[in-house]
Amino acid sequence: MELIQKHPILEFHHGKEVTFTFDGKEMKGFEGEPIAVALHANDVRIYRVTPEMKRPRGFFCAIGKCSSCFMVVDGVPNVRTCVTPLEAGMKVETQHGKGQVPLEAK
Amino acid sequence: MKKTIETDLLVVGGGAAGLCAAAEAAGAGVKVTVIESDLHPGGQLVKQTHKFFGSKDEYAGTRGYKIADILLDEIKSLGDKVDIRTNTTVTGYYPEEGIFTAMKGEDEYYRIKAKKAVIATGAQERLIPFPNNDLPGVYGAGAVQTLMNVYGVVPGKKVLMVGAGNIGLIVSYQLRQAGVEIAAVVEAMPKIGGYWVHAAKIRRLGIPIFLRHTIVEAIGDKVIEGAVIQELDDKFQLIGEPRKIDCDVICMAVGLTPTTELFWQAGAKMQYCPQLCGHVPFRDNTMRTSHPDIWVAGDASGIEEASAAMVEGRIAGFSAAKALGCKVKEESFKEYWTRLDHLRAGEVGEKIRGGICQVLVDGWEA
Repeated sequence: MELIQKHPILEFHHGKEVTFTFDGKEMKGFEGEPIAVALHANDVRIYRVTPEMKRPRGFFCAIGKCSSCFMVVDGVPNVRTCVTPLEAGMKVETQHGKGQVPLEAK
Repeated sequence: MKKTIETDLLVVGGGAAGLCAAAEAAGAGVKVTVIESDLHPGGQLVKQTHKFFGSKDEYAGTRGYKIADILLDEIKSLGDKVDIRTNTTVTGYYPEEGIFTAMKGEDEYYRIKAKKAVIATGAQERLIPFPNNDLPGVYGAGAVQTLMNVYGVVPGKKVLMVGAGNIGLIVSYQLRQAGVEIAAVVEAMPKIGGYWVHAAKIRRLGIPIFLRHTIVEAIGDKVIEGAVIQELDDKFQLIGEPRKIDCDVICMAVGLTPTTELFWQAGAKMQYCPQLCGHVPFRDNTMRTSHPDIWVAGDASGIEEASAAMVEGRIAGFSAAKALGCKVKEESFKEYWTRLDHLRAGEVGEKIRGGICQVLVDGWEA
C-alpha cells in the first residue's frame, strides 16, 4: 500500500488490516476506511467504465456526490465507494456501464 | 422498512457549521439529530493541517483538525442530547408532510420528522472544462485532502495544482507535507487569490506559481500522464506557446459552489449571488430561510471561511433553540454577530459583505 510514512503534523491511526478482492485480485486495506481509498493505496486508478463512450472513471470528489467512483461491490452496482467502508472479504469489481441490479438484494 | 424517527432539531451536515449549530442548540437543552454523509463528523475541518486565522473566539492559532475535536468534545460534554449519525445522507425534503428522507450506507432508508432543521450541507467543488478532464487523476482539492490528510494515502507522485486561491495554496503546501512533488500552480487571474502568507509558504519551497495561465488539456490514455498549460491575455484568450507539464495528478482548486438541493425542495426563496458562489437562500439575521422551520449555516449559505461557518452555525442553532421555546442567553446572539462582523471586516471581507447584503432580509412576515 502506498501510504504516507512520515508527516510533520499528522499521525495516522489505521484500523484492522483486512483482505478484499479487486476484479479477483487479492488486496489489503484497512477495515472501515472507504473502499475507494483502499483501492487508491493499492495503485488502482480506474474504478468504472462509462456506458456510452467507454471512458475510464476513478476517484474524484470523495464526498459521495459525483458518481465517478461507482463500482460493483458484492454484486451490487453503483456503490459510492468513496463513502462506503471496507469490510473483510469484500468483492470489489470494476463497473462496466450502468451495472446490473441483482434481483435478490444482498 | 417504514421507519420514521422523530427529533426536535435536525442538523443536516456534521461539518464546521453543523457541529456548532448542534452544540449551541443542545447547550440550550434541545434534542438534536445530526446527519452526516461522511464516515466521521468534522467536515472539511478534519482535513486541515494549518493553523486558523481570524479570531481567538473561532480558534485562531489552532490547526483545523484539532478544532473538529474541540467541537466534538463540546458536544460530548452535553451528554446524550446530540445523536450524530454518520454514513447517512439526507436525500430529500417533502414540504407537504414536513418530512426528510435519509439513507444509511447504500441500502437502509428511513424518514426523519423534525420540528426544526438547520441545513448546513456545505459545498461542492467546481470543475472547469478541458479535454480529458474526466480521466482518473483529475481530482478535486477536497478529495486530495481526504486521501492524504484523513487516510494517509499518497495521492500521486507529481501534482499540477489548478487555482491559486486559498484552497489551491493550502493544498499545495499540504501535498509537500505529505512528500508529494508539485510541478506548478496555475492561476488564470493576474494575481493570487488567496492570502499572501499561504502563497509565500509555497514560493519559499520553490514551487512555481504561473499567473495568467490555465490548463488547456490533460494528457493520458487511461489515466493522467501529464497536462498542457498556456498563458492568457487580459481578455482570458490563449497566447504564447503551450507548455507540457509532467504530472500524474491534476488537482482542481477552482472554487466551490453551495450545496442547496434541500432548500430548493423546501421551496425556500433563493437568489443567484456571484459573490457567494452560486444560488443561496435568503435569510434573516437569525439565519432563518423563508421556510419558517428551516435555518441555514456555513458554506450552504455562501462560500466563506470555516471561522464564519462556525459562527453562523452558532447563530442558527441558537435561533432554532429559541424557536423551540428553549431558554437562551439573549446576549449570545449579539456577541455572535459582533464576531461575524469582525471576521468579515476590512478588505478581505468586502466580497462577502457585498454578497450577503443581497440576500439578508430584515425579517420574515409571520
